[in-house]
Amino acid sequence: MTALLEVEGLSKRFRGLRAVSNVGFAVPKGGIVALIGPNGAGKTTTFNLIAGVFPPNEGSVRLDGRPITGLKPHQVCAAGIGRTFQIVKPFGDLTVEENVVVGALARERSVDTARRIARGVLERLGLAEQSFRPARSLTLPDRKRLEVARALATRPTLLLLDEVLAGLRPTEVDRMVEVLRDLNRREGLTILMIEHVMRAVMALSDHVVVLDHGEKIAEGTPADVTADPRVIESYLGAESL
Amino acid sequence: MTARAMALAGVLLAALLAAPLVADSYVLSVLTTVLWFAYVGQAWNVMMGFSGLLSLGHALYVGLGAYASAALFVHFGIGPWLGLFVGVALAAAAGAFIGFLGFRFGVRGVHFALLTIAFAEVARIGFDHIGWLGGSGGLFLPVGGSDPLNLRGAPVLFYYVILALVLLAFALAKVLLHSRLGYQWLAIREDAEAAEAVGVDLFRARIKAVVVSAALTALGGVFQAFYFNNLFPEQVFSMGRSIEIILPAIVGGIGTLFGPILGAFILTPMGEALTGAIGALGIDLPGLKQLFYGAALVAIIVFRPEGVWPWLSRRLKLVRGPQ
Amino acid sequence: MTLALLLNIVASGLLTGLVYGLAALGLSVIFGVVRVVNFAHGEMMVAGMYGAVLLFGALGLDPILSAPLVAAVLFVFGWALQRGLVNKFVERPEHMQFILLLGIATIVLNLLLMVFGPDSRGVMVPYVFDVFEIGPFHQDATRTYAGLGAIAVAAVLFAFFRFSRTGKAIRACADNPLGARVVGLNIDGLYALTFGIGAAVVGIAGALLTLVVEARPQLAPEYTLLSFIIVIVGGLGSLPGALLGGVLIGVSEALAGFLLMPSLKALFSYVVLIVVLLLRPQGLLGRRS
Repeated sequence: MTALLEVEGLSKRFRGLRAVSNVGFAVPKGGIVALIGPNGAGKTTTFNLIAGVFPPNEGSVRLDGRPITGLKPHQVCAAGIGRTFQIVKPFGDLTVEENVVVGALARERSVDTARRIARGVLERLGLAEQSFRPARSLTLPDRKRLEVARALATRPTLLLLDEVLAGLRPTEVDRMVEVLRDLNRREGLTILMIEHVMRAVMALSDHVVVLDHGEKIAEGTPADVTADPRVIESYLGAESL
Repeated sequence: MTARAMALAGVLLAALLAAPLVADSYVLSVLTTVLWFAYVGQAWNVMMGFSGLLSLGHALYVGLGAYASAALFVHFGIGPWLGLFVGVALAAAAGAFIGFLGFRFGVRGVHFALLTIAFAEVARIGFDHIGWLGGSGGLFLPVGGSDPLNLRGAPVLFYYVILALVLLAFALAKVLLHSRLGYQWLAIREDAEAAEAVGVDLFRARIKAVVVSAALTALGGVFQAFYFNNLFPEQVFSMGRSIEIILPAIVGGIGTLFGPILGAFILTPMGEALTGAIGALGIDLPGLKQLFYGAALVAIIVFRPEGVWPWLSRRLKLVRGPQ
Repeated sequence: MTLALLLNIVASGLLTGLVYGLAALGLSVIFGVVRVVNFAHGEMMVAGMYGAVLLFGALGLDPILSAPLVAAVLFVFGWALQRGLVNKFVERPEHMQFILLLGIATIVLNLLLMVFGPDSRGVMVPYVFDVFEIGPFHQDATRTYAGLGAIAVAAVLFAFFRFSRTGKAIRACADNPLGARVVGLNIDGLYALTFGIGAAVVGIAGALLTLVVEARPQLAPEYTLLSFIIVIVGGLGSLPGALLGGVLIGVSEALAGFLLMPSLKALFSYVVLIVVLLLRPQGLLGRRS
């Protein structure tokens, strides 16, 4: 399988503090890769580097062979990467539908067409009934769904999901897993996800990358990685502190 | 909007169109002032209400429109219908420049608001020293005659011109708000980082907001120059003027289309009535009207921070409430 | 132009700048702790000026002596304003805070205008024409006293924040409001106290300024902007930065007024503001957030 996303030697320092150092991995076309690691491991920073929130100090990011390192977030979106935020960022005063319309307008000039796309996406994520409510009135699980819907509406080839399952009840986790698997199988959407809910990681991903203290300490299949003593140690070490 | 709202809007518009038939010259002058503030309030709202950019220096754009068109008329006899293009272009360029500097250098929040004030103040002091524009002594337009092609005529002419401008600004704001750009503006206002992540070019969208707002405001300046026939930098560019411009939208409802119009219709007549009532008692209190405006600002932001229109439209069932 | 003349202009700018700096200090204290930008700052300053003018007219009190009284009145005003209104807005969006304080500024300004009228009013202290001569320096006694008074008040303020228990509590509250609440500090009380202190400080600056400038309501918006310019040049939230910014602006205004045209000196400050906003928005002594 060819790689859709290639990350090489990515490093980022904040005021001398190394948040991410020399991280490299690849996400194959049509794959679902999970990025895991204890809190403060540099997962979200890695996401932000890919999404163009800030440029890396070293390293490169390529999407479908094209370098996207140092692009601005809106350019990264145009290149084909959609993302969600760990702390959800709905456009609070806009309706649910309008939120998703903004996403659809990334690739669509006509507002009417964007609205049609938005309706389809909302239907798919089970948010259609909430369409005309202001986004700020949604419950947390619905906000997480909205986050995914808005990113999907930009019609990405790669979706970056930052802990979209955290804080959901088990039944809600299952629903979301179902939706993501469906998107991946039927439409070939490639997904890179940061996730703490291991059950979902095991169920969804075929490849797992483990970060700790800003460095990649392991990668492989979910089964391999969870059996890796270094991974266990990094988690246990962090937990027992 | 509900059918009820349509009907109400129709009745109000008809009343405004027919007003000169019944109104005396004083009422007409008050109405003209009301409409002027509704117009510039709508223009300011494009920046603050749609895109979340607080400008406290909109007097700058009024002044540029006013001075450009007035100077062309006074010095070269070029009428306002041509002069307005120069005024609008100048204001748009000034807005683009301020926006470019502010957004390129990451000037945000209070710093951006101060940047807008600073440029208006630079203009206020600078124009005092431009002899060609009358300096601090003022620039005066020749009064008299009836020549609609040069916007010279009776008060009723000005009334209909400003009414047309209000309708134009309203229509433009409505179209913009429902366009791709409008959605992007709202997204930026709500959360710039999230907007950027779904492909909104913050820099370009924000610049467009400033340019549209500045250009519209400048038209208000052209009107002001030809309506009052005199321009003093001390008044035209003053900080107090900038605050008067932000009032209608805040009182009526920031980010709403009817807010600036409603706000102007609430504030100006109340201010006039207050000074009129006090004046009738034989007391002359300069500053009373402004005092009232200040109190209105505080009262609104404390008790109804989203403005009067959202509340009123729900009460009168003028919008289909989603909640 | 002789060097001595230039030196004297710089020195007089420095003395006035210290008073400006003291006013900006008040703004900086309020912003640093309450995180609210006081758009009514110049209005409070001019209220302080009128306080000194009134006390001089009624009791013949020298502004230096009436400054503590003016400070007390403005402290109560600032305290009550924070308690009654501003506190509700601490968590609200920035633009709402600005609008609230712009409204308050408009009210204070026009009250001053209605009560005192648009004409200038000054104080005629006995030493109004005295001049100190030290070597090549010739300075008005009034300006010298105003500058020295500003330094004294600033020193007291620094000492208060550095050494007193309350001062330390306020600083803790500025650094980490949540943490301060967790350890049991009364945040609302400290915020009100801080706003009161900021208002008192700018009131004193106003009183001292009457020694060199006559009071006019129209000065208020100018002084609000001047204070903003100074704190932004010096660094928002940095107390030494406010004094430094005040001196810089005072000196550059004095020089611009002398070398260019007096009416253009304010323009110079705005240009300085724009340049600082663009190139170093955190100010000369400020930290980037």
